[in-house]
Amino acid sequence: MIRISGLGHRIGSARILDDISADLPRGALTALIGPNGAGKSTLLRLIGRLETLQTGQIALDGRDIRHTPTEALALRMAVLGQQTAIASRLRLRELVAFGRWPHHRGRPRPDDARIVEDALAAFGLLDLGGRFLDEVSGGQAQRAYLAMTVAQDTDWLLLDEPLNNLDMAHARALMARLAELVREQKKSVVTVIHEVNYAAAWADHVVAMKGGRIVARGAPHEVLTSGILTQLYDTPVEVGSHLGRPLILHHA
Amino acid sequence: MARRTVLLALAAGLAAVSAIWMLQGLPSGPARGFVLGLRAERLAGLVLVGASTGIATILFQTVAANRVLTPQIMGFDALYILLQTLLVAALGIAGFAALPVWAKFAGEVGVMALLSSLLFGALLGQGTRDIPRMILTGVILGVMFRALNAFIGRVLDPNEFAVVQQASFASFSKLDATLLPAGLVLTLVGGISAARMAGRLDVLALGRDSAISLGLRQGRFVPMVLALVAIMTSVATALVGPITFFGLIVAGLTHGMMRSARHADLLPAAALIAAITLVLGQLGFERLMGQAGFLSVGIEFAGGLFFLFLLIRGRIR
Amino acid sequence: MRLVPAGLAVLALLACASLTVGAASVSILDATRDPRAALILMESRLPRTLAVILTGAALAVAGVVLQALVRNRFVGPETTGTAESAALGLLAVSVWAPASPIWAKMVAASLAAMAGTALFVAVIRRIPVREVMLVPIAGLVLSGVIGSVATFVGWQTDLLQYVNAWLMAGEFSGVLAGRYELLWVAAAAAGLAWFAADRFAILGLGEGVATGLGLSPGGVMRLGLAVVAVVTAMVVTTVGMIPFVGLVVPNIVARVMGDNLRASIPAVAVLGAVLLLACDLLGRLVRFPYEIPVGTILGVVGAMIFLWLLYRRPAHG
Repeated sequence: MIRISGLGHRIGSARILDDISADLPRGALTALIGPNGAGKSTLLRLIGRLETLQTGQIALDGRDIRHTPTEALALRMAVLGQQTAIASRLRLRELVAFGRWPHHRGRPRPDDARIVEDALAAFGLLDLGGRFLDEVSGGQAQRAYLAMTVAQDTDWLLLDEPLNNLDMAHARALMARLAELVREQKKSVVTVIHEVNYAAAWADHVVAMKGGRIVARGAPHEVLTSGILTQLYDTPVEVGSHLGRPLILHHA
Repeated sequence: MARRTVLLALAAGLAAVSAIWMLQGLPSGPARGFVLGLRAERLAGLVLVGASTGIATILFQTVAANRVLTPQIMGFDALYILLQTLLVAALGIAGFAALPVWAKFAGEVGVMALLSSLLFGALLGQGTRDIPRMILTGVILGVMFRALNAFIGRVLDPNEFAVVQQASFASFSKLDATLLPAGLVLTLVGGISAARMAGRLDVLALGRDSAISLGLRQGRFVPMVLALVAIMTSVATALVGPITFFGLIVAGLTHGMMRSARHADLLPAAALIAAITLVLGQLGFERLMGQAGFLSVGIEFAGGLFFLFLLIRGRIR
Repeated sequence: MRLVPAGLAVLALLACASLTVGAASVSILDATRDPRAALILMESRLPRTLAVILTGAALAVAGVVLQALVRNRFVGPETTGTAESAALGLLAVSVWAPASPIWAKMVAASLAAMAGTALFVAVIRRIPVREVMLVPIAGLVLSGVIGSVATFVGWQTDLLQYVNAWLMAGEFSGVLAGRYELLWVAAAAAGLAWFAADRFAILGLGEGVATGLGLSPGGVMRLGLAVVAVVTAMVVTTVGMIPFVGLVVPNIVARVMGDNLRASIPAVAVLGAVLLLACDLLGRLVRFPYEIPVGTILGVVGAMIFLWLLYRRPAHG
């Protein structure tokens, strides 16, 4: 479990996060949802120690992340930020192989190569393994980054808007894969999601944020209601049902 | 593998160029031994300076996450010239000339390594968060150092000023052979340290978020790399003087030739390419054009043109 | 437009101060009675003050035009190879036709400056727009390339001292009546820029927008190049290159007034004049009665102002 207590964060004079406390369950797919500027990415980045903690505490499976060496954290959680262009000229296979680095620190073993191939296969990238990052489409590059995160083989996966650039088929495939990782391999996933319906269809736990605070949390059918969502996004939202899960109608 | 082939070809190229350097137009008779010895010294100097600069530039560009920056562009050269001016102003020509070569070299390397570590640390210490601002800051600081230099230059008399002018242009003929052993040791140590960092440098090159996620201790690693950059750049500059765009050319050529992002490939390639460029360039200047002293001007010119060529072709990002 | 009246008031104050500062103690009020005072005033103080004002205003306006042409805030006539090209043109005339009248030299310098700036713009067009930082770096490299040619030729022809003076030591101490009038030409070019301000602003939005609004992008570009080239050539020939004015002043004004050039060019001109005059005064007072060249003062002051601009707020596009 990730326990967040009294988290606060400012950038300059702007208060981004305001006294956030929450428990993110282990062995579940947690979705962070909310309007732009709610602080979802900042929260995720703080948990993933990509930003420096200002106020509050974050404990990962009982360990305070401020006092745990980063190498140890890398074996327990993998973080995928919103990607900026890399200057490196890497082949997809090489990029994914970096996911094994926390384990072998520069001395790869045969096991590592196998895990890399598995990760490539899981994201449909085996054919593209030899292509350079700047030669493939945005969606393919995104999947490569995801494969790298999965290859890191950690208990926790933190993903910041992983569905960006992915078309329908690949977005669904990714969410299915994440759900599978949770179900079969007992991993825990926390992901910031922009399109609420993916949270509705796949998440076990939803955390809704607005203006730097958590306004609701719980199972999808508890949080993803017309009342809560209308307030959350400041726009009229109706909620139907599909395959036993909420279906959010926000388009028109 | 293609990469190995390129590295081997480069090594062969260096060997070939060195052979020409040593043997072309060799006089016969008693002068032969003397000339060979002299040429060997100069060759060692060229290779050292090249290797140091090449390696330092690759390291710097990885930390800066940018292919168009070098320590020199970021104000290093201007700082060096300022230091020379201050030395001449403080000691006078006689005092400056009387400085023991050892002391001057060690002092320069020490002071420059320290100052530039501070400079680069301040500029790049925040991680690669605000690259445009950091670039501009380095450029502006360079202009500021040059202005300060011009100011102090006004205090000097014309002879003193001429001495400073001499120090502002790199000259491979002014390399003092007694410094070669020290330079060699420093370059070797630097090169080996860089080689051992190769894996971590690859991770750093993935970008801040990925590097942190993979457990790289950025706060400790980056200053280490920058310190190494500072030392190697200081050694090269203290040996022959500043050549501003040389590192840029070498880095551009290296990335262009080695279609690889692995530092295990890039670092040796950069060292070899830099050495070949310097030896070839000096060959051209000395034996073809008959002037020993203006390699640096030639490199600025040719290097700059090459850089612009790469830019236009879209090979630099 | 509040900047302009306030700026003019400050300018008037500084101008009066400038008229009173100098090695000989002269009171303005005495000018009507004392022929010696009148002489100093009319032959030295007034021309110098006017020269500084004209240069500051013209350089700042040239900077803003350049930034609109290249669509990048981080350029100025000193980072585009313009000054170096002007120097090269002057060199060429001095070597091949040393007896030419001054106007011929000016024309040569201006043409060379135009060619250099056109070359810069041609190179820049090949860089993707989002690579903001490549533009000043490319400009720096181009300056270095052209500068190295100028240095080499200067060295060969023993005109290196002149080259350095043209390129590095901008100063007004040599200004006398009859020696500075070319700066009025520079000011006229800057005035022309103001008449064409709207065109430059539209061009700054992109060639597609400009064509859609019925402008010829090529024509506007050539006009802008001519303005920048003429201003730079006049300044370089008369007093040497002054750094930072063309880079810093447009940025400061843009923060307050935005990019509407018709409104902001007068403010840019006034602020440029104020900045340069203040620095010139500083240079004259700091080690009275000796003078520190304004180029040096600006190198430091301009750098600090620019750094303050850079770090005052989080990253600005």
